[in-house]
Amino acid sequence: MTKPRIAVVSAGLGEPSSTKLLADRLRDATLKALADHGQHSEAVDVVLRPLAQDIASHMLTHNPSEALAAAIAEVVDAEAIIAVTPTFNMSYSGLFKSFFDVIEEGQLASIPTALGATGGSARHSMVMDTAMRPMFAYLKAQVVPTGVFAASEDWGSDSGLDRRIAREGRELADLMVALPRRREADPFDESGEAFVSFEQMLGHA
Amino acid sequence: MSSMQFGIFSVSDITEDPTTGRTPTEHERIQGWVAMAQKAEEVGLDVFAAGEHHNPPFFSSSPTTTLGYIAAKTERLILSTATTLITTNDPVKIAEEFAMLQHLSEGRVDLTLGRGNTGPVYPWFGKDIRDGIELAIENYALLRKLWHEPVVNWQGKHRTPLTGYTSTPAPLDGVAPFVWHGSIRSPQIAEQAAYYGDGFFHNNIFWNKEHTERMVRLYRSRFAHYGHGEPEQAIVGLGGQVFMKPTEREAKERFRPFFDVAPVYGHGPSLEEFTEATPLTVGTPEQVIEKTLAFRDYAGDYQRQMFLVDHAGLPLEEVLEQIEILGTEVVPVLRREFDSVRQAGVPDAPTHAARVAAAREAGTQLGEQGSAWREQGVRGDLDTGAAIARQAGEPGGRGSEGREVA
Repeated sequence: MTKPRIAVVSAGLGEPSSTKLLADRLRDATLKALADHGQHSEAVDVVLRPLAQDIASHMLTHNPSEALAAAIAEVVDAEAIIAVTPTFNMSYSGLFKSFFDVIEEGQLASIPTALGATGGSARHSMVMDTAMRPMFAYLKAQVVPTGVFAASEDWGSDSGLDRRIAREGRELADLMVALPRRREADPFDESGEAFVSFEQMLGHA
Repeated sequence: MSSMQFGIFSVSDITEDPTTGRTPTEHERIQGWVAMAQKAEEVGLDVFAAGEHHNPPFFSSSPTTTLGYIAAKTERLILSTATTLITTNDPVKIAEEFAMLQHLSEGRVDLTLGRGNTGPVYPWFGKDIRDGIELAIENYALLRKLWHEPVVNWQGKHRTPLTGYTSTPAPLDGVAPFVWHGSIRSPQIAEQAAYYGDGFFHNNIFWNKEHTERMVRLYRSRFAHYGHGEPEQAIVGLGGQVFMKPTEREAKERFRPFFDVAPVYGHGPSLEEFTEATPLTVGTPEQVIEKTLAFRDYAGDYQRQMFLVDHAGLPLEEVLEQIEILGTEVVPVLRREFDSVRQAGVPDAPTHAARVAAAREAGTQLGEQGSAWREQGVRGDLDTGAAIARQAGEPGGRGSEGREVA
C-alpha cells in the first residue's frame, strides 16, 4: 500500500506567506503525530496563489487547466486535508473559497480535515468558527476540534502557538487513524455500488 | 446519405457583434437560421438542428415551427433538435408535434432530448429542477408509448394520467422519429439511451474531452449490456465548434474578439488555452479536419458530427461562409477519411428510409398512417411512469418495491 497522503492547501497571497508558514507547521505536526502512531505519511503542498487565474477561468468555463486539475486531484484523492487561509473581511479569502467551489460536490465527504487561519490580530480568530467550519460542514468533511489561528503577534511571542499546532496535528493524526475517509463510489463504474442501472431507475431491480 | 451525417446545430443566442457593436434583431436571427439551413443543404451538409430555450437572449422557443418552415424550403436536409427539453415539455405535445413534422418533411426528422440547464425554466413550466432526471425518464417512457401504442393508458408521477389516448398523427410509415439522448455528464442519461438502444449525443463543446469520452464509453458498454449489439454498434453523435479562414492567423484574428467576450466562455481562458482543452478549433479547414478526425480516438466510430458556427454574435455572412467552407472543403474530406478507417459492422447514421426498411424486415413496423395501429403487448418495463409513481408511494401506486430514483 502506498503511504497515505495529506493535501496541504494554503491560500496565502504574500511571498513569503505566514499562511503557508502555518500550513507547513500544521503539516509537520501531523506527520510527527502520525509517526507516533507508527504511520508514515507524506504531504503535498497545494498552494493556491499560482492557480488564481486558472480557478477564475474554471468558474467561467468549467474547464480546469492541467495545473488546476492536478491540484484538485491531489486534494480529492488525499487521505486528509490541512486547509489554511488568511482572514479577509471577517472570512476566508475569496481565493480559498473559490478553490473549494470548483471541486465537485461530494468529493470531500468524510475526509479528515484540519483548519488553520491567519490574520493581523487575534480579534479575527472567529473566522474559524463563523466561516470555515460551516463550509467544511457543508462539504461533509470531518473537521478536528482544534483550529489554529495565528495572529501576527503569535509569531513573535510565547502565546502557545506551538502547543496549539501540536494539538491540532495530533487530533488530525488520531482522526486519520480512527476514522479514515470513505471513498465515494464512481457512478460511471458499472460494477460499482454508485452505478444506477435503468432497471433500478424503473424500480425493477 | 453516407455512413456518417454532418450538420450544424445552434443554441439560438442573440448576441452583440463585438466588432461592430451591433446586435441583430430577433427577426434577423430567425430569418438567418432559415438562410443557414438552406445554405447547409446547398453545400451538401446533412443535418440542421435547432436548440430550444425559453428566455432571452435566445429566440428558439418553438423548434417544430421553425423546422416545419425549413422543411418546406429544403428537400434533403434532416431536421433535428439540440436539444428538445424532455423535462419541461409535455411529452404528449412532443409526440404530436414531431410526428406532424415527420409527415410534413417526408420523414426528414429526428430529435435530441436534453434536460435543459436554465434553472428557472423548470418552475416557469411547473416543474422542479431536482426532478430533472426523473422527468427525463418518465416523460420519455410516455413519449415512446405514444409513438408505439395505438391507444395509451398511462399513469405517472409528473403528468395528469391518460386514459384511451391516441396520439395523432401516428408516426410516418409506422416508424417513430429516431431519438438521441443528450447529456454532458449524467451517467443516467447514457444509461437511458443504452437501455432503449437509442442514440447518444454529446455536445462536445465548451468542455474537456474527458467528459465526452467517459459518457460515450459508458453508453457503448451498456448498449451491449442491454443486448442491442456490440459496443461499436451503438449510435453516437458529437458536437464540435469551429471557425475557419485560409490561414490560422487570419482565423484567430477574426474570431478572437468574439471569443474574448463570448457568452459561454468569454472573459476566461485565452483562445489558445480553450482550443487546447476543448474541441474548439480556430484555424484552417485542414486543422478542423485533423481535430475532428481525432474525435474518433476517444469516441470510436460514430454516426453524426454537428458543428456550432453561429454563436457569440458572429454576423450572418460570416456564418454562411463557415457553412460554405464546411460543405465544400471540410466535410467531403471527413466523409472520405472517416469511411476509410471505419470498422466493419458499424451501423450507418439513422435515416427514416433505412429505419422503415429495418422495421419491415424485423416485423416491428406499426400500421401505416395510423389507420391500423398494430396491437402489441404493452411491455411492462416501458411503463415507467407507473413505476416512478409506485416508488414514490403516490396514491394509485401498487406498493413500493425497488429503490429510490437517483
